[in-house]
Amino acid sequence: MAFYRSHVLVCIDPECLAKGAHEIVDALQDEFVAQGLIDEIQVLETSRIGGCSGGPEMMVYPEGFHYHGMTADDIPFLVEEHFLKGRIVERFREVSKPIVDEELGPLRPKEVRIVLRNCGQIDPNNIEDYLAIDGYQALGKALFEMTPEKVIDEVLNSGLRGRGGAGFPAGRKWRLTRQVNDNPKYMVCNADEGDPGAFMNRRVLEGDPHSVIEGMIIGAYAIGASYGYIYCRAEYPVAVDTLNIAIKQAREFGFLGNNIFGTDFNFDLEVRVGAGAFVCGEETALMASIMGKRGEPNPRPPFPSVKGVWGKPTNNNNVETYSNVPQIISKGAAWYASMGTERSKGTKTFAVGGNVVKPGLIEVPMGITLREIIFEVAGGIKDGKKYKAVQTGGPMGGCLTEEHLDLPLDYEALSQAGSMMGSGGLVVMDENSCMVDIARFFMDFTQAESCGKCTPCRVGTRRILELLQKICDGKGQDGDIERLENLCYEVSRNSLCGLGQGAPNPVLSTLKHFRHEYEAHIYEKRCPAKVCRPLIHLTIQTPVCTGCTVCSRNCPVNAISGERRQAHLIDQAACIRCGICVQVCNFNAISVES
Amino acid sequence: MTRLLKEIPNNDPLNIAEQKTIIDNAIVQNKERPGAVMLVLNEVQGKIGHISPSMQAYIARKLNIPMGQVHGVVTFYSFFQTKPRGKHTIKFCLGTACYVAGVPQLIEKAKQMLNIELGQTTPDGQITLEECRCVGACSQAPVVVVDEEVQGRLRPNKFPQIIKRVQG
Repeated sequence: MAFYRSHVLVCIDPECLAKGAHEIVDALQDEFVAQGLIDEIQVLETSRIGGCSGGPEMMVYPEGFHYHGMTADDIPFLVEEHFLKGRIVERFREVSKPIVDEELGPLRPKEVRIVLRNCGQIDPNNIEDYLAIDGYQALGKALFEMTPEKVIDEVLNSGLRGRGGAGFPAGRKWRLTRQVNDNPKYMVCNADEGDPGAFMNRRVLEGDPHSVIEGMIIGAYAIGASYGYIYCRAEYPVAVDTLNIAIKQAREFGFLGNNIFGTDFNFDLEVRVGAGAFVCGEETALMASIMGKRGEPNPRPPFPSVKGVWGKPTNNNNVETYSNVPQIISKGAAWYASMGTERSKGTKTFAVGGNVVKPGLIEVPMGITLREIIFEVAGGIKDGKKYKAVQTGGPMGGCLTEEHLDLPLDYEALSQAGSMMGSGGLVVMDENSCMVDIARFFMDFTQAESCGKCTPCRVGTRRILELLQKICDGKGQDGDIERLENLCYEVSRNSLCGLGQGAPNPVLSTLKHFRHEYEAHIYEKRCPAKVCRPLIHLTIQTPVCTGCTVCSRNCPVNAISGERRQAHLIDQAACIRCGICVQVCNFNAISVES
Repeated sequence: MTRLLKEIPNNDPLNIAEQKTIIDNAIVQNKERPGAVMLVLNEVQGKIGHISPSMQAYIARKLNIPMGQVHGVVTFYSFFQTKPRGKHTIKFCLGTACYVAGVPQLIEKAKQMLNIELGQTTPDGQITLEECRCVGACSQAPVVVVDEEVQGRLRPNKFPQIIKRVQG
């Protein structure tokens, strides 16, 4: 391994790429070559370092300086100052966020990192980085010091539950698959993270792929599987590349293949890429897709642990579940079980999005309250607005309100409150979000993603969507709410798989907590949050308008007229209420009424 | 199937030597692997950009499976296209965070500028507008994906620049 005096890690997740991370990498390389430093300093691309809100981010090790917000043009200056003269460039230094380092404590208050511990810390494309931080030691421990039964006991005792959302105890699933007397057995990793607003698994796959692979190998040893598939969605091309590199390196080092570590245990692995079907996140649909069929779910039983891929026993877990395993084996079940609540142990990653000050990825112990997550970890609601609701569990989850803020987060508490843990998306909504519109948005999603195999889901979701659309259009009638409730009940009771069973959840939970908004739409023909287009109108406040013409230039239907430096006017008949003018106006001169 | 393989339109990738090589290679490489259909289709879609009916028939025959199965898979997954797309694609992320942050307004602006609907291609074959599922860049919302590049925090008034850049 070549020796470098310094390493520069540049974040290349989609958000930093959008701000020119590739240009930064190129500029750094060029500049190091120009300055003759290229043999001393290594430039690495890594997954997210932290935040990403400040533009391209990079870390300089061993000093541990965090620079952000620079452009490619700033690089020559930065290289000269920092790497030649040894002076810190305060202008780009990020000091508000402490550096991700386990010894220094977690990134944000209240955070505990297990799954995310290596993300942004190591080069995901170099297995030696992972080995340097004791990677694959857990595998060694499992193979040499533990029997498969002992591994399962350890995972069972740790209380690790399926992180894909349903929360089935991982150890129990492993035992079930182990006990089936049929060979070969398969390991499947569900990396089809399709929930809108969730990107935890993507970051783990891009930043620390070996932890997932190691977890899968340990699991394969425990259940006696000989082959594995990681099913990754096509929307994550970087993750697919990283995984393929990682698998190749693991094979070269003898962690995959025949006679792993010189034992008689054989296991190999490949990545299968999806093709943009949300329903493939459902385990039976996912396995159908691996087998090259339409990704349609099948009724259970038989469960995958009995009859899965190619009709053989298959163990199916989520990315996050697997990446917890090496740590559990190394540090022991008791350590893992010391975190969390009575029935939900360990930590959970959440992707916090929507109207919060610091959106992003977090990992917190189970049992933390929503209030702590939203107001302490994520910094509260953006622009000082009022908290209205938080949507958990993706399109099959529900909306939780003010009264649920102090709920301790675990699988049971969330499902009792009418939502679910799901894979971990948290979308926070402020007072400007219309709950009927949100419900319609989710129904639009599930309706489009329904695979069409069973009638309740195929037809039911469409009928629910039509009713919601009618209400949003201001054409709702007396009795529509009851019709919605009935339909939701039927669809969730009679659908074949989790998609249909969960699809009505957003509607039911908003109906439960925000019934008054539905009523305002139907009976008063009014959208309280001023979102639903047919129910609002836009007007320009004559005294505030400066006549800068920016609104009239941006109006897609040319409904705004007026002379330069004169107050403008919106032609209500032509206006489609798209709201572009409100967004582009620099003087807040356009008001929305309902 | 026979009809589809006899009457291949002139502009079909099966009639273009280099593209036919891509299809043949994908089939040869994956033929023996279990679940080969998805692997071949992913490869072909990625390299050629669409899978026409005659290509489906050809792949089915080479893999020795019913064409109905290939067609079923192609039409099930949203990544597989049966018609060629424009030279460039602009995809609008329809994730929750992007929806809340104003992607609908961006779509409105794009439709007005290019005079096409979502899913359509401009008459000159340059730009296709599409919606896509969450790309996982939620803290950059609203997000559009221009070809492979994610562009975040977009406002409708910045849209003309993007289209100009795509058109070169």
